[in-house]
Amino acid sequence: MNAPRLKLSGIRKVYPSVVANDDVDLAVSAGDIHAVLGENGAGKSTLMKIVYGVVKPDAGTIEWEGTPVVIDNPARARRLGIGMVFQHFSLFETLTVAENIALALPVERAGSDLPARILDVSAKYGLPLEPSRVVHSMSVGERQRVEIVRCLLQDPKLLIMDEPTSVLTPQAVLKLFATLAQLAADGVAILYISHKLPEIQALCQRATVMRNGKVTGTCDPRQETASSLARMMIGAELPRTLHRDVRAGAACLIVRELSLPADDPFGTDLVAINLTVRAAEIVGIAGVSGNGQRELLAALSGERKSPIADTIRIAGASVGHLDAGERRALGVAFVPEERLGRGAVPDLSLAANSLLTAYRRGLTASGFIRDGAVEAYTAATIRDFNVKAAGPDAAARSLSGGNLQKFIVGREIRQQPKLLIVAQPTWGVDVGAAAQIRQTLIDLRDAGVAVLVISEELEELYEICDQVAVLAQGRLSPVKPLRETNATEIGLLMAGGLAEERTPASARQLDAAT
Amino acid sequence: MTMRIELEARPTPSRLAGWFSPIAAIAATVLVGCILFSALGRNPWLALHAFFVLPLATPYGLAELLLKASPLMLIAVGLSIGYRANVWNIGAEGQLTMGAIFGGGVALLLHEAASALALPVMLLAGIIGGMAWAAIPAWLRTRFNANEILVSLMLVYVAALVLSLLVHGPWRDPEGFNFPQSRMFDDAALLPILWPETRLNAGLLLALATVAAAWVFVRKSLAGFQMRVAGLAPAAANYAGISAKRTVWLGMLIGGACAGLAGINEAAGPVGQLQPSMSPGYGFAAIIVAFVGRLHPVGIVFASLLLSLLYLGGESAQVNLALPSAVTGLFQGTLLLFLLAADVLIHYRLRIVRRVSVA
Repeated sequence: MNAPRLKLSGIRKVYPSVVANDDVDLAVSAGDIHAVLGENGAGKSTLMKIVYGVVKPDAGTIEWEGTPVVIDNPARARRLGIGMVFQHFSLFETLTVAENIALALPVERAGSDLPARILDVSAKYGLPLEPSRVVHSMSVGERQRVEIVRCLLQDPKLLIMDEPTSVLTPQAVLKLFATLAQLAADGVAILYISHKLPEIQALCQRATVMRNGKVTGTCDPRQETASSLARMMIGAELPRTLHRDVRAGAACLIVRELSLPADDPFGTDLVAINLTVRAAEIVGIAGVSGNGQRELLAALSGERKSPIADTIRIAGASVGHLDAGERRALGVAFVPEERLGRGAVPDLSLAANSLLTAYRRGLTASGFIRDGAVEAYTAATIRDFNVKAAGPDAAARSLSGGNLQKFIVGREIRQQPKLLIVAQPTWGVDVGAAAQIRQTLIDLRDAGVAVLVISEELEELYEICDQVAVLAQGRLSPVKPLRETNATEIGLLMAGGLAEERTPASARQLDAAT
Repeated sequence: MTMRIELEARPTPSRLAGWFSPIAAIAATVLVGCILFSALGRNPWLALHAFFVLPLATPYGLAELLLKASPLMLIAVGLSIGYRANVWNIGAEGQLTMGAIFGGGVALLLHEAASALALPVMLLAGIIGGMAWAAIPAWLRTRFNANEILVSLMLVYVAALVLSLLVHGPWRDPEGFNFPQSRMFDDAALLPILWPETRLNAGLLLALATVAAAWVFVRKSLAGFQMRVAGLAPAAANYAGISAKRTVWLGMLIGGACAGLAGINEAAGPVGQLQPSMSPGYGFAAIIVAFVGRLHPVGIVFASLLLSLLYLGGESAQVNLALPSAVTGLFQGTLLLFLLAADVLIHYRLRIVRRVSVA
């Protein structure tokens, strides 16, 4: 009988405040695509870091092809044949593909034949790459290909993929799945980390489900339903969002021909953005990060002012020249993508973080802070939005990502805005809390608030939006009712189809000129 | 088997280490002092006694301690408000000089007027002088993004030259045998003495009142809170609509106002006239006071007493042990160095790692 390629038994890892892994068993064999499924904070990442030698377990054994091994650093993991593609890429933007890959290889394998070998591997697994291209000019999907090819050049026997699809368009996801299937057919064992149920059902034969550091089940995901998997993952049924039909009201946010050059060399220029968000309507902006989301958000929030006041109008007033505080005074609230450091000050208490943006809601009197009112506002936010925190005095950095997101969303919503602008509302938030946040956004819409959501998660936009547009390469596609679009069309737009669509027009111009 | 010491980031900054680090820094400074005194051939015990005990042995010494602590705490508390907001005013010494020039100018103008208003107007002029000097780096920073550390520091030397020009020229005491100093201020233009037979004057009360006001500003006002946010998380400040320009202006002007007040307090206090140099480096020492005091008003009061003692100890060591005057500056520098080093322990902890090497 063949020993499994990797077998973990009784793995335990304790951090000062939390048991990250508790008696975890897992086995994966050659040719398997094995899912590790769980919410944020379930212990998936810690487990993978143990396998890759980044973190040392406190107890438990690791067997590699039947032999007990100690993996005490990533170099040893690579020598065994373990490769890992991280969720956050580790590429040097100013270097080329080949240079980035050479840096990760042993010197003797990074010779002059490297570009040819890159082309070989990329052709074999359908991962087209140009070895001489500089990384900063590449899309996120292309960058992921660099990471994967870099792993494959080391002939891995076990490949760990950490949330690989979180930044990909639907089409890119399909291509990735084909590549993974081919790798498995060649005998590579794959550990696939995710919290997206449909993907796992489409790709994996085995799944290990984790919750609170423990294994709560192993199954064949294809035999399970989404709700049975969700039950194993969160220990409860998935809440469903309710969507009532409400007629949209007057325009609340109007953006006309907003163009802004990027303020850093690797940023994206915004080009002639047109957008209207009406009261009692949720408009979604889809697109892969790095296509101008950060820039658009900064322009709308007032963190970056626009040279022409008229390009952005909020509730009838021209606001392009106003800063974030002045726009907030008009009844706008923002939930930024970055929670720690932008949405909240990490070292300050939740109470102080309420004061950060909500001070106009009676939290001060003639310039002085009303401690009682701040405390009450914070306590109400914690209560209404089920924020798990020690209390109003807990430091923002002590909260988990999902809880901090609930706090920030709650803090902004409780300011009773007319216009709410939210970026990545449920990024890193567990399934239960994500459903709660989405429901809150829908309730706000039903109450007549204009809501703009910028998100990478198409499923999320489909669940909550009335209208949708796609931001690609700093250009925004026309806003369309959700019913009149489909995933393929949006996926094409996300992949930059907008630019391709324009080619015929420019070609016609060229024809007319000659 | 090998052993090494690693720095490991703490999940949350340690409050204990926050209190411990100034104490550890003081202890390390005293230790280095002992080594230094021994190397200079002095009995370290006697030297420490001369440095830290003798100055406090008389009531006059105690009064001097408070007298020198007053400008230090006044300037440090003003600087700390800016420092909390990442506004790095290093030029308090120049703002102090400009405060002395403005306030002293009023005193000379009102010579023999003997008005009860003379002193308040002088103090006000001193504050305005300090603010005006701090406004230059603030404007250059907000308008041209010029580094306020460099600009404020360079303006220290400009202010010193302006003062020198005045006391060598137009403001020189006509009856002063050509010494480069102004005439002595009238009695009405001098701060009242608090403690008879000593030089301790009402400047201490002004300094303590300023510390109290700063505490209220930092802890209780929205503007103070917003400046703290600007220092802790600039992106969050920008997101919340806290104006970065206002933060720079407030930070610089508050620091300048306090330093200017300290300047006129010196001129209308222990000095009693304008001289080419108005302070033994209070504006720079106050930077150390601000950090040793953890940028906290109460901490700053204690730290100002410590730095004041270093000044007195340095003088005492010169008189009693014939040590060079540079020893004061040396102590100040050593203290700041150790404090910054000990501060690492607020955010990191030491961990001893034993590695069993695998054959």
